[in-house]
Amino acid sequence: MSAIHPFLQVENLARAYPSPTGGDAITVFDHVNFRIHKGEFVCVTGHSGCGKSTILNILAGLDSATTGNVFMDGREVAGPSLDRGVIFQGHALMPWLTVQENVEFAVKSRWPSRNKQKIRAHAMRYIELVGLKGAEHKKPSQLSGGMKQRVGIARAFSIEPKMLLMDEPFGALDALTRGVIQDELLKICAETQQTVFMITHDVDEAILLSDRIMLMSNGPHARIAEIVNNTLPRPRERSAIHKQVHYYPIRNHLVDFLVSRSKQFGSLRDAPDAPSSPTVFDPADLIESDVEPVVAHTPPVGKPHIHLVNA
Amino acid sequence: MKTKLSLSQKAGLLSLGLLAVILLVWQLATLPEAKVVAADVDPEYAALMGGGAARAASSFPTPAAMAQTLWDKLSHPFYDNGPNDKGIGIQLAYSLARVLGGFFLAAVVAIPLGFAIGNSRMVYQAINPYVQLLKPISPLAWMPLALYTIKDASASAIFVIFICSLWPMLINTAHGVANVRKDWLDVSRTLEVNPLRKAFRVILPAAAPTILTGMRISMGIAWLVIVAAEMLVGGTGIGYFVWNEWNNLSLTNVLFAILMIGVVGMALDSVFGVLGKRVAYQE
Ligand SMILES: Nc1ncnc2c1ncn2[C@@H]1O[C@H](COP(=O)(O)OP(=O)(O)O)[C@@H](O)[C@H]1O
Ligand SMILES: [Mg+2]
Repeated sequence: MSAIHPFLQVENLARAYPSPTGGDAITVFDHVNFRIHKGEFVCVTGHSGCGKSTILNILAGLDSATTGNVFMDGREVAGPSLDRGVIFQGHALMPWLTVQENVEFAVKSRWPSRNKQKIRAHAMRYIELVGLKGAEHKKPSQLSGGMKQRVGIARAFSIEPKMLLMDEPFGALDALTRGVIQDELLKICAETQQTVFMITHDVDEAILLSDRIMLMSNGPHARIAEIVNNTLPRPRERSAIHKQVHYYPIRNHLVDFLVSRSKQFGSLRDAPDAPSSPTVFDPADLIESDVEPVVAHTPPVGKPHIHLVNA
Repeated sequence: MKTKLSLSQKAGLLSLGLLAVILLVWQLATLPEAKVVAADVDPEYAALMGGGAARAASSFPTPAAMAQTLWDKLSHPFYDNGPNDKGIGIQLAYSLARVLGGFFLAAVVAIPLGFAIGNSRMVYQAINPYVQLLKPISPLAWMPLALYTIKDASASAIFVIFICSLWPMLINTAHGVANVRKDWLDVSRTLEVNPLRKAFRVILPAAAPTILTGMRISMGIAWLVIVAAEMLVGGTGIGYFVWNEWNNLSLTNVLFAILMIGVVGMALDSVFGVLGKRVAYQE
């Protein structure tokens, strides 16, 4: 099924806010189209203010689009759902509950009729999965930033959502902690075959974790300008990944985009033939033309051109 | 003095020192004037005999007389010799019952209403003008209306307590509920938590410290107001006791009642202090 109908389909999404000065509405982004397949890990990056968080909130059902639709599993997304777990940037743990109670709150929401022991056991399994066994009776205020974010991960995974949405989950963490948690996330995602949509500012994080990286141009009228297929083989190791032939071409391509192309794309947006579907790059393309503008090719829509683990 | 005292030990010593100074000043101020009144004459008796402003200083009890009264009254707090002579425990119990009754009724109204106001800007805007208008009214101003409509004096006092407890609880509940962090609400939305569970498991604990602060303020005001209310309605209670003893010209008993009002007020406040700590959370 997933080959024909993508798991998540975003069609012509646009979001406008009323202008603060009372003029025309400001369109933050428009013509946003993309698909995510089951088990795929997709990262989005782009400059601040281009609308990444807004898109994530629309996918979560917490916000609504001005125009356009989101379909998941063939059904239109119209509000928040337990099918889509969210990991918030600010961890969003309830400070009056312990680690265990925070996770149990989610588990109980997912399976209201389960008994206490079952809920506790289920919650503990995920607390152990993120390496927090022993800290389950602590309050969030007693935890470090990294541990809090781990609880957030445990809580999101514990409800076994069909899709996980993460908004710069590790942005506030120090580099060392971030590395450790990225490794854990990599491991958990490999185990659970979790479908993930993740916003990140960190190019290396995107390369380490994702199957595809979507690049957003600057707003207003931001779009998904390019999609890079991240074909680096799995399982990936943070310490060894830079030895892959494709690593630097991908990395340079992403950095180039953020540094220069993200702005250039903006000047195209008013042109009548401005692309509304993003250009797709494979690392192989990037290798041949390291310096010169890359030759883009648009693959047939719907054909998955990523290599999924166990897909 | 080689041993260092901790901060609280120092504070305790200073407190005791202050008490000693107060007692000393009190003692000096109540020393019998001239030699007209013998030191062992009952001040009430002296007041009755001598009367007037000249003897005012000596009709004020000495610390020793006060201590004696304290001992006598506290060793029999619950005696009941008819309407004008009841133990201090009974009077305080009447006052406490009215305060708790009015306070409880106010909480039952204010907390759900505060929830509704805090949850919806529309309800907030609709109710806010009334709150702003009613809040500054002295609760005692309601007394005639209460006596006219309710007719019962004791119930009127409870009503006055209700009115004065209402506003701080209402405003704080609304404020606490309106300011629950959006993150927590988003979490419960993505978890599809039903409204009742969200109210009790997310909003209530999140707003509890603010709500409890409101309850604490309300209780403080209620205890202030009950004394005045009972002076007006009479019959029973610590406020009535104060007024009655003033009519009896027993300043000793008035002073004693003042002290008891302070002690009970402090106890009530510390109960809410403890409750407040229980629901507090650190972000
Ligand atoms: N409530 C709002 N009213 C007006 N503008 C908003 C509102 N929320 C977000 N925006 C605008 O939408 C744009 C995108 O915001 P956001 O999705 O948070 O961007 P990102 O996550 O990519 O940094 C920002 O430029 C911001 O100014
Ligand atoms: Mg953002």
